[in-house]
This record gives sequence, C-alpha cells and structure tokens, in this order.
Amino acid sequence: MTDVSVAKEDAAPTDDLVVLKSVNKHFGALHVLQDIDLTITRGEVVVVIGPSGSGKSTLCRTINRLETIDAGTIAIDGKPLPQEGKALARLRADVGMVFQSFNLFAHKTVLENVMLGQIKVRKTDKKQAEEKARALLDRVGVATQADKYPAQLSGGQQQRVAIARALAMDPKVMLFDEPTSALDPEMINEVLEVMQQLARDGMTMIVVTHEMGFARSAANRVVFMADGRIVEEATPDQFFSNPRSDRAKDFLSKILHH
Amino acid sequence: MTVKLTALSAVGSLVWGTLLAAMRVSPVPLMRGFGTAYVNIVRNIPLTVIILFCSAGLADVFGVTMGAEDFKVQGFRLAVLGLVAYTAAFVCEALRSGMNTVPLGQAEAARAIGLSFTQTLWLVVLPQAFRSVIGPLANVLIALTKNTTVAAAIGVAEAAYLMKTMIENEAQTLLIGAVFAFGFVVLTLPTGLFMGWLSKRLAVKR
Repeated sequence: MTDVSVAKEDAAPTDDLVVLKSVNKHFGALHVLQDIDLTITRGEVVVVIGPSGSGKSTLCRTINRLETIDAGTIAIDGKPLPQEGKALARLRADVGMVFQSFNLFAHKTVLENVMLGQIKVRKTDKKQAEEKARALLDRVGVATQADKYPAQLSGGQQQRVAIARALAMDPKVMLFDEPTSALDPEMINEVLEVMQQLARDGMTMIVVTHEMGFARSAANRVVFMADGRIVEEATPDQFFSNPRSDRAKDFLSKILHH
Repeated sequence: MTVKLTALSAVGSLVWGTLLAAMRVSPVPLMRGFGTAYVNIVRNIPLTVIILFCSAGLADVFGVTMGAEDFKVQGFRLAVLGLVAYTAAFVCEALRSGMNTVPLGQAEAARAIGLSFTQTLWLVVLPQAFRSVIGPLANVLIALTKNTTVAAAIGVAEAAYLMKTMIENEAQTLLIGAVFAFGFVVLTLPTGLFMGWLSKRLAVKR
C-alpha cells in the first residue's frame, strides 16, 4: 500500500508545465529572443504583451517548435522538446495552438477540421471523433456551421473553430498567437469570451495579445516583452496600475490613452 | 492503342510525379537532391531519346523485358515506362508550383495538431495543391496524349504508326492526315473541357 502511494508521488507531475531556460534565438543579425526564462504552472493563464517586433510571437511559436531556438532549453511537462520527428509530433498534439490567421484547412469542412487530428493523430474512431467535434463546436458556439467550409464563415467564427480544433486534441496547454489581431472589432469579443470561458475551466494558456481588457480580466500573470527580453512580470493589477519599468510605462501610456 | 497508352501513362505519371514532388519538398537532403536531379535531367531530354533508350537500352542491352513474352507487348510496356518517366517530371513541377500556392499557415496548423510530415503533405498540402494546378495538369495530359505518337519509333501500333502504314498503302496523304489529326482533337478536347470543369468544381475558396 505504502509503496504504491510513494510511487504515485514520484510519478506525479510537478506543477511546472512549461519551463523555458535561457532561451536565445537569432533571425540573422537580429537577436529576437535574449535569455528568456519563463515558467508556466499548470492551470495558469499567462498573457504576453509588448510592442511589435518584441519577440512575443516568436516566443509563443518556439514552445511547440514551429520556431527552433539557438540556445537554452524548453521543457513541457518535465520533458525537453524533442528534435523533429515522431516524438515532436506527439508533443505538438499535446500543445494546442491558435494562430492569428486561423489557418483552418481550406479544403475541409468545419466538422472535418475538428475531426482530422483526432482520427489521424489520436486514432479515435470516426463516430467518437464526430461526436466530440460536434460537442466542441457547440461549446464555442458554431455548431450550426459544422458542414460549411472555412471560407464561408466570418473571421470570428473561423477563429472559434480553430480553438475547437485545438481543444479536440485534449491539449495540456494552449498557445494563442495574437488570436484576435486579424478580426474586425465586433468579432473580437466572441473569441475573447470563448477564451475567457476556457481560462475559467482551468486550461493552462499562454496568450500573446494586444487585448488589454482580456489581460486584465483573465490573466494570472502578465509578461511584458520588449526588444527580445522579458522586461517585467507581474499580476495584471500590479502591471496596469503600477508598472515598474520605464519601458512598460511608455508602452502603456501609448495604448491606454485613447 | 493510343487511348490505352495514354490512360496507363497518365495514371503512372500522376503517381510517380506526386512522389517526385513529395521528394522535392522533403526534409531529407538526399531525396530532395534526387528529385531535383531527376526532374532537371529527364525533362531536358527529348522524349524520342527516352523512348528509344527504353527500347534499345533497357530491352536490348540490359535484357529488361517487363515480364512480356512477345515483342509487341514488351514494346508497349516499355513505351508506357518511357512516357511515365518523362511526363512525371512535368507533373512534379506543376504540383510543386501548386504547393507554393498553399499558405504556409496550413502546414503549420497541420503540424501544430501533431500530424507528421507525410500526413501534413498527404492530408493538407497536396489536396489543396492538386486543386490549384488542375489547369496546368490538363496541359500535361494533353501533351501526353500527343506524345504517345513517339511510341511509334519503337514499333508500338498507336495512331501515328497506323497512319504511316496507311499512307504507305493508300497514298491519300492529306485525307488520312486530317482524319488522324481530327482523331487526336476528339481525344484531347474532352480532356481539356473535363479538367476545366473539375478545376472550377473543386476550387478551394480562401
């Protein structure tokens, strides 16, 4: 009995889900990520903000190795990111990603988009996959659009389908790379609401965004980046009411006063 | 004979061309090198030379008979082999330009849900690439139909071979020529129309 419980304790995953240690990356001469250290614990919602070109999107994309890094380590759920190959594909299945440009598969219907990964990666049978896909589409509020093609949907609807597609893989963590930046203003909220619901349900999320309202209301922690470095990390309250660094003060004064 | 030669070569070159295109975008440098070298060598050799090589080189020198017993069947199979080898290079290049029309984000999204390279190519990139190059592929298929005439060079009894025989026997050069030319238009025109219809039907909206 005791042996079992001890073994369980050993096997129990630590609370650190995503750990980046002194990550560096260059695009040619441009040093886009400079000594990034960041730890995200299970269930945490971290919002990454910062001016354009500060490396936030790149940071987001390195976590599932859509961008490779030059130095440092990234570990997800205790396991370091593998090299290109089967192990990497398995890991990516556990890391949901939502893109700025939606990237729904244009030749497949909405339903097929949400089923594809389940069937081909998780090897779920078709019927179960469809059931789950329909449930997820219902959850993000686009159940009635299931048989349409992505191009027939509005941007907001497409992005919600993209979230459902990522959720269908039962990811441990979700990455959002400026999910609302390509949307018309009136569609931003429908996407943010889905994300907020997700945050309330306890999903671990890393969100790169310019939506300060979302950062304020849903984030546990705000990470402010500028020129490839993490300049400041704080709770949303602290960050927005009392930023410590000049760079953050300058950034906030530019975006909050209009 | 012309129709049979065209149909078999078309299927063969589509399959081989797709494989070549996959090689040309694969992450393995050796495969990429092979694909590139193959396309650049094969598409720059005249078809007549390739077909003659298949017959004279492969069959006569190396004794490749393609499992055929008599000379006619062997000639036919070698002609298909030559046509596939040649046309595939063009299919490959058409497909590769089609892949370039598929936004990078499609492949990224596919990889992000855990699909392997092969799955990404097969399930996401190629289906979209195919649809955008149906027009150019129609050109390739029409060219293939007409290229089958080269098989006459190694004694396959396709249309041009028949025409030559008939002209030798009948001496009605113009009339026979016109009939065969019309025959080819009858074969290729529907191909073009069908492919045009297909490309409209399957077009991927973005």
